[in-house]
Amino acid sequence: MIEGALFLSALLSVFITVGIIGVLLFETVSFFGEVSILDFLTDTEWTPLFADKHFGILPLFTGTFLTTLIAMAVSLPIGLISAIYLSEYASDRLRTTAKPFLEILAAIPTVVYGYFALLFVTPLLQKIIPDLSGFNALSPGIVMGIMIIPIISSLSEDAMHAVPNGLREGGYALGSTRLQVALRVVLPAAFSGVAASFILGISRAVGETMIVAVAAGLQPRLTLNPFVPVETVTAYIVQVSLGDTPAGTIEYRTIFAAGMSLFVVTFLLNIISYSLRKRFREVYE
Amino acid sequence: MNGQETIRVEISDHKRIGRLADRAFSILGLFATTVGLAVLLVLLIDVFIDGYPRLGWDFLTQYPSRKPENAGILSAWVGTAWLMVLTALIAFPLGVASATYLEEYGRKSWLTGFIEINIANLAGVPSIIYGLLGLGLFVRGLNLGRSVLAGAATLAILVLPIVILASRESIRAIPASIREASYALGASKWQTIRHQVLPAAMPGILTGTILAMSRAIGETAPLITIGALTYVAFVPTPPVSLEPPFIHPQGLFDAFTALPIQVFNWVSRPQKAFSINAAAGIIILLIITFVMNGIAVYLRHRYQKKIRW
Repeated sequence: MIEGALFLSALLSVFITVGIIGVLLFETVSFFGEVSILDFLTDTEWTPLFADKHFGILPLFTGTFLTTLIAMAVSLPIGLISAIYLSEYASDRLRTTAKPFLEILAAIPTVVYGYFALLFVTPLLQKIIPDLSGFNALSPGIVMGIMIIPIISSLSEDAMHAVPNGLREGGYALGSTRLQVALRVVLPAAFSGVAASFILGISRAVGETMIVAVAAGLQPRLTLNPFVPVETVTAYIVQVSLGDTPAGTIEYRTIFAAGMSLFVVTFLLNIISYSLRKRFREVYE
Repeated sequence: MNGQETIRVEISDHKRIGRLADRAFSILGLFATTVGLAVLLVLLIDVFIDGYPRLGWDFLTQYPSRKPENAGILSAWVGTAWLMVLTALIAFPLGVASATYLEEYGRKSWLTGFIEINIANLAGVPSIIYGLLGLGLFVRGLNLGRSVLAGAATLAILVLPIVILASRESIRAIPASIREASYALGASKWQTIRHQVLPAAMPGILTGTILAMSRAIGETAPLITIGALTYVAFVPTPPVSLEPPFIHPQGLFDAFTALPIQVFNWVSRPQKAFSINAAAGIIILLIITFVMNGIAVYLRHRYQKKIRW
């Protein structure tokens, strides 16, 4: 009896996934009853809230792509260098103190980062780039990148730390320097774990909502210019939710169609990351 | 210069460059590790300078207002308190039960494997997707409306994977000898779990739950998606009172706002006075988040030291 109840709670997580897919699918199907998939994927305008409605998701995709690209350009090199440093150079004491501090970055509510991007980073950047609009992709992208650093550095560091010392000693015995061992022995050996951390970082950036909703502007625009206002898939969902959109209307359904695209992308990224992580565990533990 | 010497010179050159590169990298590495912390420090200082003058008793006891200097966070923090209590009440038992099953009962089968992959995947689903689930399932499907209960249920589902993963880790760390000793005294499997395993694992489970709650308290996107209001000049009906019938469950179904939503609302306004309010709200939010994280770290540290199996 008790076992049955516990089993049901364990099964709940499966129901949640089913629920997510079910809810998204239900509204998305009715959405595509009114809008053709071809228009959705190829139209270059996204104006469901205007009188002249266009339902091309591309401007939202480019918004998400652009902010994610900027975030990864910040977090990937910094996170990776920091991981190599912590795993191969730093003393154990520095390693164990630095990690919890870095994790504070991940604990801060994202709306706080939004505030920081809009009211601190953007004005700062405007001093360097006078053409920068008050809402833009650059500033939230950079701030998002900083938020993602701990994900990449922490997971990559775990993977590199798990590489057996024998491999390192082999490298040193051949006369390699620390840096050579780190880059040519440890990093390749930990590759699947490091790659998993990158993909998880991308997935976080794609799904991040509040930073871009606050600081990127809410204007869907098919552009890769980081200096002008854009809108991401996630920010669009927020924008519609803030208004009073009655259930059953096409505007209401757009957020589920947008959410479905988001879910599919992050789901694939998470699965790839999970299987990569599993692989490095199997090799060294 | 003969051949041997040339080689020797080249090797020492090589060594020098190698050492130099090593040195340069360790400086770069230290920089990369501290840059995040430096930004964090700048963020904290910036928010503190902006928001500190606005903090005061009034700020905590007044409703939001069109006039920024009169606006406070009463409805926001009361809403957040409701959400936290309800979210913990829903997520804690479900998370612990699920972890207990997976660690103590679940045999290796395709189903438990599937559940495991599924939980790992849920932990990576963007929070706004949970908002859409909450909107479709709780707000519309179960007809809870844009109530504090619908908000808490959404947040509970969002943090459930965190509670499950932390509880599993904690239960797994209990050595088999504890269980065997309990069986040897004639205890049943459930008695062993109930009286030995779970109490011993509780510090770790609580740590995970507190961390999960500190995540939930800052979540904004899912609450906006389920339709939490951004301007609320009332608080949910208090759950208890001094007059009969003493207990008032109708508060569960009242509309609500929460601290991060109030902050978002103020940030999105162009007037400077409102962004000062936002900064003040952020200070309160960060204090709560850091205190929760601090308690979790303290608990973990304390029990790691004390217990030696």
